[in-house]
Amino acid sequence: MSFYLVQFLSGLATAATLFLVSSGLTIVFGVTRIVNFAHGSFYMLGAYLGWTLVERWGGTPLGFWGAVAAASLAVGLLGALMEVGLLRRLYRSPELFQLLATFGVVLVVQDAASWIWGSEDLLGRRAPGLRGSVDILDQPFPLYDLVLIGLGPLVLGLLWLLFNRTRWGTLVRAATQDRDMASALGVDPARLFTGVLFLGSALAGLGGALQVPREAVNLHMDMAIVVEAFVVVVVGGMGSLTGAFIASLLIGQLQAFGILVFPQITLVLVFLFMAVVLVIRPYGLLGRAEDAPPTAASPGPPLIAATGVARWAPALLLALLAAVPLVAGDYALIVLTEVVILALLAASLHLLIGLGGLVSFGHAAYFGLGAYGAALLVKHFAAPMPMALAAAPLLAGLGALAAGWFCVRRSGLYFAMLTLAFAQIVWSVTFQWYGVTGGDNGILGVWPPDWAAGKAAYYWLTLALAGGALLLLRRAAFAPFGYTLRAGRDSALRAESVGIDVRRHQWLSFALAGSAAGLAGGLYAFAKGSVFPTLMAVPVSVDALVMVLMGGIQTLSGPVAGAALFHLLETEAMSRTDWWRLVLGAVILVLVLAFPKGVAGFVRDLWTRGRDS
Amino acid sequence: MNRRHFLLAPGAAALAAALCVAAPSASHAQAGSQPIRVGEINSYTGLPAFTIPYRQGWQLAVEEVNAAGGLLGGRKLEVVSRDDAGKPDDAVRVAQELLSNEKVELLAGTYFSHVGLAVADFAARNKLPFVAAEPLTDAITWTKGNRYTFRLRPSTYMQAAMLVEEAAKLPAKRWATVAPNYEYGQSAVQWFRQLLSEKRPDVEFVAEQWPAQGKLEAGPTVQALAAAKPDAIFNVTFGADLAKFVREGEGRGLFRNRTVVSLLTGEPEYLDPMKDEAPEGWIVTGYPQEQIDTPEHKAFREAYVKRFNEPPRQGSVVGYATFKAIAAAVEKAGSTDAEKVVDALSGLALSSPFGPITFRALDHQATMGAYVGKTTVKDGQGVMTGWRYADGADYLPSDEAVRKMRPE
Repeated sequence: MSFYLVQFLSGLATAATLFLVSSGLTIVFGVTRIVNFAHGSFYMLGAYLGWTLVERWGGTPLGFWGAVAAASLAVGLLGALMEVGLLRRLYRSPELFQLLATFGVVLVVQDAASWIWGSEDLLGRRAPGLRGSVDILDQPFPLYDLVLIGLGPLVLGLLWLLFNRTRWGTLVRAATQDRDMASALGVDPARLFTGVLFLGSALAGLGGALQVPREAVNLHMDMAIVVEAFVVVVVGGMGSLTGAFIASLLIGQLQAFGILVFPQITLVLVFLFMAVVLVIRPYGLLGRAEDAPPTAASPGPPLIAATGVARWAPALLLALLAAVPLVAGDYALIVLTEVVILALLAASLHLLIGLGGLVSFGHAAYFGLGAYGAALLVKHFAAPMPMALAAAPLLAGLGALAAGWFCVRRSGLYFAMLTLAFAQIVWSVTFQWYGVTGGDNGILGVWPPDWAAGKAAYYWLTLALAGGALLLLRRAAFAPFGYTLRAGRDSALRAESVGIDVRRHQWLSFALAGSAAGLAGGLYAFAKGSVFPTLMAVPVSVDALVMVLMGGIQTLSGPVAGAALFHLLETEAMSRTDWWRLVLGAVILVLVLAFPKGVAGFVRDLWTRGRDS
Repeated sequence: MNRRHFLLAPGAAALAAALCVAAPSASHAQAGSQPIRVGEINSYTGLPAFTIPYRQGWQLAVEEVNAAGGLLGGRKLEVVSRDDAGKPDDAVRVAQELLSNEKVELLAGTYFSHVGLAVADFAARNKLPFVAAEPLTDAITWTKGNRYTFRLRPSTYMQAAMLVEEAAKLPAKRWATVAPNYEYGQSAVQWFRQLLSEKRPDVEFVAEQWPAQGKLEAGPTVQALAAAKPDAIFNVTFGADLAKFVREGEGRGLFRNRTVVSLLTGEPEYLDPMKDEAPEGWIVTGYPQEQIDTPEHKAFREAYVKRFNEPPRQGSVVGYATFKAIAAAVEKAGSTDAEKVVDALSGLALSSPFGPITFRALDHQATMGAYVGKTTVKDGQGVMTGWRYADGADYLPSDEAVRKMRPE
C-alpha cells in the first residue's frame, strides 16, 4: 500500500514539471495561435541559466530560490525579445508561418547553448535544506519532490488569480476568445502578445530551472520536453489552464503506474493516451469548440492553372534535370536524387496543408511506412525492386487510410497532434518489433538491382517516378477533387451545404498524400540501401513541414522549391561546419523575415506586381 | 495569375547547386607522394561530449603518424571529417560524398549503432574498408558482419561478459535490471541474464525497467525497482539518465545494502559529470585514466595531455587506437588497395594504450578490453578503484558460435 502511495507521489512530482512547462505553452497558444516549437528551447535555457546562477548563489535557500526566479525572469525576457524581434513581424503572414520562425530559433538555441555551456552534462547543486528525504509510510521520498508537488497547484492558483482578478488577465482571456474583437475594442495586441510571450517563456524557464537539483542539465532537454508539452496542451484542451493541469496529472500518474504493468511501454505511452483522448473527445478534456482556431490557412489568391508558355515550365524543368547526369558527378547525383524524393514528400504534405487546410505533424509515418514496405518485401520475400517500389505507396496508403479515418474527424491543432500520435505509434511499433522490422538496428541491404545501381540510372528512375507522382498531385489539385478540397478548406459549412462530403474528401486526400509520401519513402530506401525507424521519427515530420513552409503554401511549386532549398542548405552546411544548425537556423530566420510569404510566394508576388504594372 | 513559371526558379537553383557540388572540392596532387585520405564520420553535433575527446584522440594519432614520416614511404595520412547529425541516412550520404568527391581510401568512425550499421552496409556495397570506432552493437561484427567492416571497441556482449564474471561472485540471488529501451540496452540485459544464469543457475530476475533513452522518469523507475526487493541491480542507463537515476536512487535509498553492477559507468565521460555525487561501490566497466601506469598508456596519456591540456577520456583512446590501427593496416598492406587493406586488417596485431590488441580474422572484432573495478569518490571526483584490465580476447564466445552468427 505504501508503495502505491509513494508511486503516486512520484507521479505528482513528474506532473508538476510537466504542468509548469505546458501551462506556458497553452497560454501562448491560446492568445497568439502560434505553434511555438521554441518553447522547449526556453525550458532548456531556463535549466542552463538556472545551473549557472545556482552554482553562484545556490549555497543558501534564499540564494537558490533567487537563482531559480532570476533564471525564469531572464528566460521570460528572451521570450519577449523573440516576440518583438521576430514574431511581431510575421502576424500578417499565413498562419503557421511563425512555426517556421520558432523552428529557426530552436536550431540557433541548440548551438548557442552548446557554445556557451559546453557539451558536457552539467550536474547542479541540490536545493539547500531539501537534500534529504522523508519517510512516508516507511518509504523514503525526496523532500525536493514534495516541494515540486506543492508548486504545481500554487502556480495554477497564481495564474488563475492573474487571469481572473487583474485587468491584464481579463484582456488576455478576451484575446484568447476573440483576438480581432479585442483589438477592435482598443486593446493593443502587440503589447498583449509581448506580455504573453514573456509569461509563457518565464514559465518554461521556471520549469527548466527547477530541474537543476533533479537531473543533469544537457543539450537534449529541449526536444525531450517540447513534444510532451504539446501533448499535455492538446489533451487538456487548448488554451485551458485547468485542462493542462488535469492532463499533466493524468500523464504523470500514467507514467508512474504504466511502467509497473508494461515496463516496455515507455516509448509510446503518452501518445497512446493522447490518441485515445482525442478519439473520444474532439477538443481535449476541457477545450471548447469555440476556442479552437480556424483550420484554414489564409492562402492568398486562389490557385489557377498556368496558361501559355508557362504551361511548359515543369516539362522544361524535368528535361533540364534529366540532363544533369551528363555533367554532374556521383555525389551531386545522389544529393539531387534526395532532393527529388524530398520534393515529392513535401508536395504530398502540401496537398494536405495547402489544399486541404489540414496541418499534419506526423507525415513522416507514411514516408517511413513506404520505406519499410519496400524494405520488408526485399528482406522477407526477396522481392525484386519494382515490386517493392509498388508496395511502398500501397502500405503507406493503407496506413494513411486507417489513421486518416480518425484524424479527419478533428481539426486544427487537434488534427495535427492526432496525426503525430499515430506517427509515434507506428514509429514505436517499428522500433520494438525486432522479429519483423529489425528494431532500431533497421534493415540493411536494400540496394537496387544492377540495372538501376548506377547513380545516374537510379536518378533517372527517381526522376521519372517522383516526377510522375508530382504531375499526378498537380492534376489532383486542378481536378474537381482539388476544387472540392479547397472549398472544404475555405468554408466547410458552405461546402457541406452545397452537398459536398468534406470529411470524405479530406479522408481521401489524406490517403493520397500518404501514398505519395510512401512512394517517396520507397525510393529513399533504395537510394540509401538501408532503412531505420529514424525515417518515421518526429524530426522527419518537422523537416517536411519546414520545407513546405519555407517554399510557401500558396503555390504548388512552393514545396518543391522549399525541399530543394532546405536540403541543399542542410547538406552544404553540414559538410562545411560543425555549427551547421546555427547556420541553418540563421538562414531560416533571415528567410522568414525577408520573405514572410515563403520564397515561392514572394516570387509570385513579384511576378504579379510586374505583370499588373 | 501564373504560378508555374516559378517551378523554373527552384529547378535552376537545384541545377546550379548540383553543378557546384559536382566539382570535387579537393585538388589532388598527381604526384606519387599524394596523401592517403581517410573519411571520418561521427556524431559531432549530436553527442559532442563523447565525440570531441574521440576527435582529439584521432588527431593525436594522425599527427604522430605524420611526424614519424607518414606511411608507405612518406605519404601523409589525411583525414576528412564529417558530422552525421546522428542519422543513418545522413551518414550514408556523407559517406558517398567522402567516396566520390574526397576520394577517400577508407572510412572510419561512427558512434550510434544504427549509424555504424548503415555505414558498414555502404562500405560492403562499395568495397571500401570501414573501421567502426565506437558503436557497441554485436550485430556489426556478427549477425550483420561483412568482409569490409572492422570494429575496435569491446562490444555489448564483451562488456556484459566482463561484468557477469564479477556479478557471479556476489551472493546476490534476486536481480533487477534497468536499461534504455533500444537495442543496446536490450542486448546488454539479454546477454547479462543469459551469461549470469549459465554461471549461477540459482539467480532469478525479479524486475526490469525500460525507460526511453533520455527520458527516464527517475522517481517512478527507482521506486518500481525498489518494490521488487532485489539483492542487486544491473544498470545499463548512461549520460543524463544515469545522473538522474543516481540522484533519485540515493534520495530514495535504492542503493542501500544493494550491489549495483553497471555498464560503462566507470568511463570518464559518464563518471566526471557526476562529480562528488558519483555512486560508491558500483561494479563497473570503464577507464581509470589517471591510474594506469603501463608504458603504452603513460606515453599516450602524456602526449595527449601535452597536446590538448586535458586528460584523455575513453573516446580519446578509441579515436587514437582506431587511427593507429588504420595506419598499421595500410603499412602492412603496402598499398591503399581496398582488398589488400581489408586482408591486412584481418588478424592485424598492434599496440594500443590499453596494451596489445588484435583484429580477429574470424569476425573482425578487435580484442581491445576494458577495465573492471569499483567506483568510489576521491577528492570530490568519481574514480575507479580495485580495478583490473579485462582483455577482450577472454570475453568472446567460442569461434564456432561466432561462425554460426556471421552471414558469410
